[in-house]
Amino acid sequence: MSPAVLSSRRPSADTEAAALEVRGLGKSFPLGGLFSRESVRALHGVDLAIGRGEIVALVGESGSGKSTLARCVARLERPSAGEILIDGVDVLKRDRFQASRAFRSQLQMVFQDPFGSLNPAHRVEHFLRRSLAIHRKGGSSETETRQRLEELMTTVGLQADMLNSYPHELSGGQRQRVAIARALAVEPQVILADEPTSMLDVSVRIGVLNLMRKLRDEQGISMLYITHDLASARYLADRTAVMFAGELVEEGESLDLLANAAHPYTQLLVSAVPDPARAGSYDPVRRAELRQAVMASTSCAFDGDPNQACSAEEPVRHGVGDPENRHWVRCHLYRPQAGAGGHALATEPTDNKASA
Amino acid sequence: MTVSQVSFGSHEPVLDVKNLSVKYIGDTRSTTAVDRVSFSIGTGEVFGLAGESGCGKSTIANSIMRLLKDPAKIAGGSISFGGKDVLAMSPEELRRFRWQDVAMVFQSAMNSLNPVLTIGEQIVDIFTTHAGHSRKESLRRAGQLLELVRIDPARLKSYPHQLSGGMRQRAVIAMAVALKPSLLILDEPTTALDVVVQQEIMAQIKELQRELGFSVLFITHDMSLMVELSHRMAVMYGGRIVETAKAQDVYANPRHPYTQALMGAFPPLTGPRVPLTGLPDGVKFRNIPDLTEAAPGHFVAPVSADASAVDTAIMEGAAR
Repeated sequence: MSPAVLSSRRPSADTEAAALEVRGLGKSFPLGGLFSRESVRALHGVDLAIGRGEIVALVGESGSGKSTLARCVARLERPSAGEILIDGVDVLKRDRFQASRAFRSQLQMVFQDPFGSLNPAHRVEHFLRRSLAIHRKGGSSETETRQRLEELMTTVGLQADMLNSYPHELSGGQRQRVAIARALAVEPQVILADEPTSMLDVSVRIGVLNLMRKLRDEQGISMLYITHDLASARYLADRTAVMFAGELVEEGESLDLLANAAHPYTQLLVSAVPDPARAGSYDPVRRAELRQAVMASTSCAFDGDPNQACSAEEPVRHGVGDPENRHWVRCHLYRPQAGAGGHALATEPTDNKASA
Repeated sequence: MTVSQVSFGSHEPVLDVKNLSVKYIGDTRSTTAVDRVSFSIGTGEVFGLAGESGCGKSTIANSIMRLLKDPAKIAGGSISFGGKDVLAMSPEELRRFRWQDVAMVFQSAMNSLNPVLTIGEQIVDIFTTHAGHSRKESLRRAGQLLELVRIDPARLKSYPHQLSGGMRQRAVIAMAVALKPSLLILDEPTTALDVVVQQEIMAQIKELQRELGFSVLFITHDMSLMVELSHRMAVMYGGRIVETAKAQDVYANPRHPYTQALMGAFPPLTGPRVPLTGLPDGVKFRNIPDLTEAAPGHFVAPVSADASAVDTAIMEGAAR
């Protein structure tokens, strides 16, 4: 293993508009019949900014709203509230009803399932050629298009003769690379990757993560990497944001966030990741305390500090540690309102009792 | 068979698999899914079987339970359980062997519960059919069983859809240990669950194992999880075992390039970020030779530089 430490970009904040910024994004889904007024709040007040050439990871359990956020940002779902800014322009206002082609060429998505996202009836060349044609990135002549196609394949680490392959002839990892090449063909500035490695064989996952890092380093593409795997978020992302029940609870530089997790929910997630280096660390008593703190914290670490206002009503953000890390945590005292999205912790009430 | 003699602090193996081969026979060609695999599991030992989809680990589990159906055929080798030849059992013997001697928790087991019966009815069913208890006695035992995995016995009256994924999974594990089997096979027991729930279930399995003393065959592709739980483990590739040793030894010093790639696929949660390399796409190891002892108790299939056995161009990426 080479001792070289991977570079971590830290774009200085405020010098330029973020590549992608989300402000106060909310989304609720109606529940019940036509006349029902009930709804479940999948997202509430999400503020997140991704700088140029920065990879931000969004982590959380299933049902926490990660994918809903991605679908809202990709405009596959209409948000109930908030703004989505690309280059400082609110795209929800600009393209009021549906995503425009201009928007699609700025932002592309890579989905979880490379087996479902490529049409089995077409060759690899078709997917890339179509992206180039629709967004007019193929150049003026066939020679240029051809050259661009081969370039794309090389960029994602595939051989150019695979352009003639059908998806079923490729392995899962190769398919995911084709899906990434298709997104790259459009020359986007932001890629949303929703669990891009979770359906792949474990031994090729790292390769796809390394490819994503390479794209950031060489082409300055910003990415939102959505995952439930904290270890891979730490490996790939410059910053990590933690989502719980539809709201962000903590965000910061990845290494700092995982080493100095301040929110009980982040601590819970970090403590649950299997890691042979700290085997046998499971402590039921500590676990029960953490669950209790996540569900109904009675105190906040910053309570009593005159410089930090704590609030049970407002999601106050407390700064953690060195400001350089831009690490903040939501006040522990804050209670999400009724109707917030579900999460695994809430559905196992007997557990708290038994293990306490 | 030297490999099967190394077991974890036990006198005699509960399960002994020798040179097992399983073929899937097709009309035009057949595939060898499991190729001359040998391992043994001692009393109270947790043995891990790691590998990716398609490497044959689930086929092994199904062979031990004698659950293979056409076109799968056991082509050679032997499986003995507590001295009895599993492959020679009659249907009646098999019926008793399954669940009483060996129980299995399947992949996405939480979906294997019957949706139209309550949890209680399904557990009672085990006691009445396999142990011959009365209904009332069975119900009492079912309640105890749920308490064992920390589910409120009142949940006996719940239907599966009324429980969360984690609770369903724990109910299935409770059902598996209901008859106190001496071997429990866990085939990816937590893949569909979130990490927090996963960790709690694994802790529970460990606790049950300590309490009831059964042996475990634990199948997963998550190396970190495997190293945490298992005493000894084996890594499979293309139907063959490429490395087997104590879990801590494999973790500290993986010798086969494939094992190294699997280990590298799970970045650490502490320390600086270091670049990792997985197995590049399209890497194939062919004609994997028999295991040889690389260190005491640590068996590895030698990797030859021979181009017919490995695509060498690709090996460079796999070596760290």
